[in-house]
Amino acid sequence: MLNISLNIALIVMSMAIVVCFIRIIKGPTMSDRVVALDTIGITLIGIIGIIMVIQNTIAYAEVILVIAILAFIGTIALAKFIEGGVIFDRDRN
Amino acid sequence: MRKNLLMLHTVTRIVVFIILAFSVFLFFAGHNNPGGGFIGGLMTAAALLLLYVAFDVKTIKQVIPFNYTTMIGVGLLIAIGTGVASMLGGFPFLTQFDRYVTVPVLGKLHLTTALPFDLGVYLVVVGVALLSILSIAEDDA
Repeated sequence: MLNISLNIALIVMSMAIVVCFIRIIKGPTMSDRVVALDTIGITLIGIIGIIMVIQNTIAYAEVILVIAILAFIGTIALAKFIEGGVIFDRDRN
Repeated sequence: MRKNLLMLHTVTRIVVFIILAFSVFLFFAGHNNPGGGFIGGLMTAAALLLLYVAFDVKTIKQVIPFNYTTMIGVGLLIAIGTGVASMLGGFPFLTQFDRYVTVPVLGKLHLTTALPFDLGVYLVVVGVALLSILSIAEDDA
């Protein structure tokens, strides 16, 4: 019973990633693509969590945190690039 | 145009310390769990990169006055030093030693000479990542 639910959850999350991928391909603006990429990162975290339950291991716990941190930093860098054109400011003042 | 990045600054001040603690955890967990010097160094580089993105390069250079070129050199010297130290004892280059040491507060620790070697890897990874990114960021062309 648990295995069936986990597999159903994996399938639904894969479909969510496919939907985000369509948004990345035909998103009219850059912001749509950035938000879709961030959503794919969050969905990947969920998929890895479910795979950890299926394989009965905690070996991927660090991978979840690394993906979360990298998605956060990547989204912030892209958002700053869209907003101001530069990622690194020389001198803020 | 002056932008007010209050949200980004406030979140960065909290999140950077979480990422740095996670990188230190990854560095020390490398012996028995997934982790090690490489991914720990990359996470430290990610935390410092978040600081450089959220604030400006000049401010962070004053806050963190590291010379990343020197950091690469020190890391390589530490990694070579662990190898040469075993040579001085009459063993082959890079021979590893481990010992169980009882420390008053922490209890029984399994200390290895692979840890200083990993520290060298850590410093080289942090130095190379940040040096390449900041060199590109400060390029005027």
